[in-house]
Amino acid sequence: MKYVDEFRDPELGRLLAGEIVNLVEPGRHYKLMEVCGGHTHSIYKFGIDDLLPENVELVHGPGCPVCVIPMGRVDDGIAIAHEPNVIFTCFGDMMRIPGSDGSLLDAKAKGADIRMVYSPLDALRIAKENPDRDVVFFAIGFETTAPSTALTLKRARMEGIENFFCMSNHVTIVPPLRALLDSPDMRLDGFIGPGHVSTVVGARPFEFIPSEYEKPIVVAGFEPLDVLQAVEMILRQLSEDRCEVENQYKRVVLYDGNARALEVLAEVFELRPHFEWRGLGFISQSGLKISEAYAEFDAELKYSVPGIRVADPKACQCGEVLKGVIKPFECKVFGTACTPERPIGTCMVSSEGACAAYYNYGRFAREREVV
Amino acid sequence: MDETQTPTQAREEKVLGIIETARAKAGKFKDTQVTMSHGAGGKATQSMIEGLFVPAFASASLSALGDAGAVEVDGARLALTTDSFVVKPIRFPGGSIGDLAVNGTVNDLVVSGARPVALSLSLILEEGLPADELRAEVEAIASAARAADVEIVAGDTKVVERGHADKMYVCTSGVGRVDPRAQMSPSALRPGDRVLVSGTIGDHGTAIMLARGEFELESEIESDTRSLWPVVDALLEEAGPSLRCMRDATRGGVASVLNELARTSNVAMIVREADVPVHPGVSGAAEILGIDPMYVANEGKLVAFVAPEAAEAALAAMRAVPGCEQAAEIGEVKTEPPGMVLVETGFGGKRVMDQLVGDPLPRIC
Repeated sequence: MKYVDEFRDPELGRLLAGEIVNLVEPGRHYKLMEVCGGHTHSIYKFGIDDLLPENVELVHGPGCPVCVIPMGRVDDGIAIAHEPNVIFTCFGDMMRIPGSDGSLLDAKAKGADIRMVYSPLDALRIAKENPDRDVVFFAIGFETTAPSTALTLKRARMEGIENFFCMSNHVTIVPPLRALLDSPDMRLDGFIGPGHVSTVVGARPFEFIPSEYEKPIVVAGFEPLDVLQAVEMILRQLSEDRCEVENQYKRVVLYDGNARALEVLAEVFELRPHFEWRGLGFISQSGLKISEAYAEFDAELKYSVPGIRVADPKACQCGEVLKGVIKPFECKVFGTACTPERPIGTCMVSSEGACAAYYNYGRFAREREVV
Repeated sequence: MDETQTPTQAREEKVLGIIETARAKAGKFKDTQVTMSHGAGGKATQSMIEGLFVPAFASASLSALGDAGAVEVDGARLALTTDSFVVKPIRFPGGSIGDLAVNGTVNDLVVSGARPVALSLSLILEEGLPADELRAEVEAIASAARAADVEIVAGDTKVVERGHADKMYVCTSGVGRVDPRAQMSPSALRPGDRVLVSGTIGDHGTAIMLARGEFELESEIESDTRSLWPVVDALLEEAGPSLRCMRDATRGGVASVLNELARTSNVAMIVREADVPVHPGVSGAAEILGIDPMYVANEGKLVAFVAPEAAEAALAAMRAVPGCEQAAEIGEVKTEPPGMVLVETGFGGKRVMDQLVGDPLPRIC
C-alpha cells in the first residue's frame, strides 16, 4: 500500500532499533508510557516491543477512549437503548464494554435496537431515514473524535433534524495525564504523546509535562517507524539530560493544533466539573457535555437515566497498573475474578489493555523464544 | 515454592498456573442468552460447542470436532456434514447464497479427505420473496452442484411469515466417501510441519462486508466461493500420507483454523506475515476498517499442514490447480509455547495471533 508501506520498512526499523540500543544505559530500567490506545494497537499489531531492548518497557496508558468509560455510563446508555422507539448507535468496539449488568451487545440480544456506526454522520443518516424513531448516538473519544460529533450536531441543526440526540462521553487528554503525574507513586520516565489528539489540540498543551514534571514527551504517529522513532527521541532526550515537548508527527500535527476544530468544540461542548474514568476515578474538568446552545440534542436531558455511579470493585488495581506501580499479576483479582471473558477493570476490558495482554500472552511475554 | 524465587516471581508463577489450568479445561457454556458472538466462530462459539453440544450428544466422532463426522457403514468409510447459510445480501460479487450452500458443504467434506457423493437441500423462505430471486438461487445451486460433481438427492421447503427470516436461509447436508489416500487427523501435527494456504485470504468476508454498502467503500474484490476438491485431490495425490490435516478457513478465517489445531495437536505455530498472500484490495479495506485479514472468512481456501520433506512438492501441486496459483507456505509448526500461534510481523517483531473473542468489531482509533 502506497503511503503506508514506506512507514513499515523493516530495514529502517532495524536501524532505529540499533540506535535505541546505543542510547540505553546498561543497568537502567526505562518505563515509557504510550498515552494513546492507537499506539498500543500499533505496538501490538507490529510486535514493536519485541524489537526493544529488555530494559525499555512500554506501559499502556489511559488513552483508550472505550476502556475508560465507567460502568455507570454504560448502564445509562443501555437504559436509553431500551427506551421505546429508540435506535441506539455507537462505535463497534464500544459494544463489548461491560456495564454492571452486561454490555450493549447483551442489550441488543435482549431486544434493544442497537446499531454499529463508523461515524456520527452515519447515525444522523439513520435519523433522517427513520423520521418516526428517535436516534441516539453514544459519543465517545478524546479531542480526536469530539470535533466530528460537534460538526454532526451543527449539521443536524442546519438540516432541521429533530429526532437526533447525542449522549456525550467525550473526554479531554490533559487532566488524566496530570492525574497520573500527580500521583506520588508514579514511576514513568517519559511519554509517547497522542498523535491523533494532537492533530486537534496541537503539541503545546503538553508543555506542562517537561516544565512542571520534568519528563520528556514526544508526540508521535501510528506507523511502526513513527513509534520506534518516538522511543528513540525520548531516550535521546534522557541520555542528553533534556526534557521537552518534541513533535515526531510533523507531517500531520501543527504545534498549535487545528484552530477551526477547537472553535467548533468550544461552540458545541462545555467542560463538566467532574467525569468518572474507569480505573482512575473522578477527574476534574476531564469530560465534555453538550453546551447550552445545543441542549436540544442532549440525550441526557431528553431521557431520565439511572445516573447511578457503579463503583469499580475495590480490589481492582487498574490505577496502579496504569501508573506502572504494579504488574498485572500483582493485582488481587487478576486471573481469578477479573478475566478477559469477564473483565472488571479498564486494563482487562480492551484486548490491548495491559492486563488482557498479560493474561493472553503472559508466559510467552517472559520467554520470548519460540522453539 | 522454589527457594530461589522472590515473592513477586512466586506470585507470577501462581497466577500463570491459575490461568493455564483455566485454559486447559474444556469450554463452559455459562451465558444467560445467545449473542451474536456465539455465531462468530471464536471463543464464545467454542464454549457453546464444547460446553453444551459435545457433552449432550456424547459421540466419539463428534468429539473429534472435525469439519465432517466419520461414519462406517459395512466397511465403507463415509464422511457426513451439515451447514446452514444465512448470508446477507444473498447475492454479492463473485457468488450468491446458492453457491455458498453447495460449496460450503462440499468443502467440509473434501478437507476431511472425502470425495462428495450427494447433498440434501433445505430451504427456509420468507413470505414475499420474489420468485425470480428464488429461481436464480435454485439455478446457482444446480450449477454449483454440477461444477462440484455432486448430486442433490433430497430436499425440503418451509415458508415463514414476512420478517421471520431474511429472504431465504439454505441448509445443506452432504455425504462423501473417504479417500483411501487420506490419513489425516487434527491431532497429527508435528513440529517442523509446514503450513500452506491455497491462495489469497480474506476475499469472501471482505466482498460481503463491502457488498452490504455500510462503508461506502468500493473495490473489485470478489468472493472466492468454489469447490476445493481439485486442490484436495492434487494434495492427496502428491503428499498422501505426509498430509497431516486440512481445514477450510471459513468463519473466523485462517487465524481461527491455526489456533484450533495448535490446541488440538498441543503444538505452537509461527506464521510469517510477509508470506501470507493477500489481495491488495483486501489489505486496503482491512487497513481502513481496522480488521486483520487473517480473521476474515474465506469460502474457497484451505489451510494444509504437510510434513517438511513433502512441503515443496505439495505447494507446487497446489499451484498447478487453476485458481490456486497464489498458494503459499506461510509458516511452520513448533514445540513451544504449546497451543499458541505466533506471528512474525512484516515489520520484524513477533506477537501472538489469538483466537477471536467475538465478532471482529472495528476499532474507533
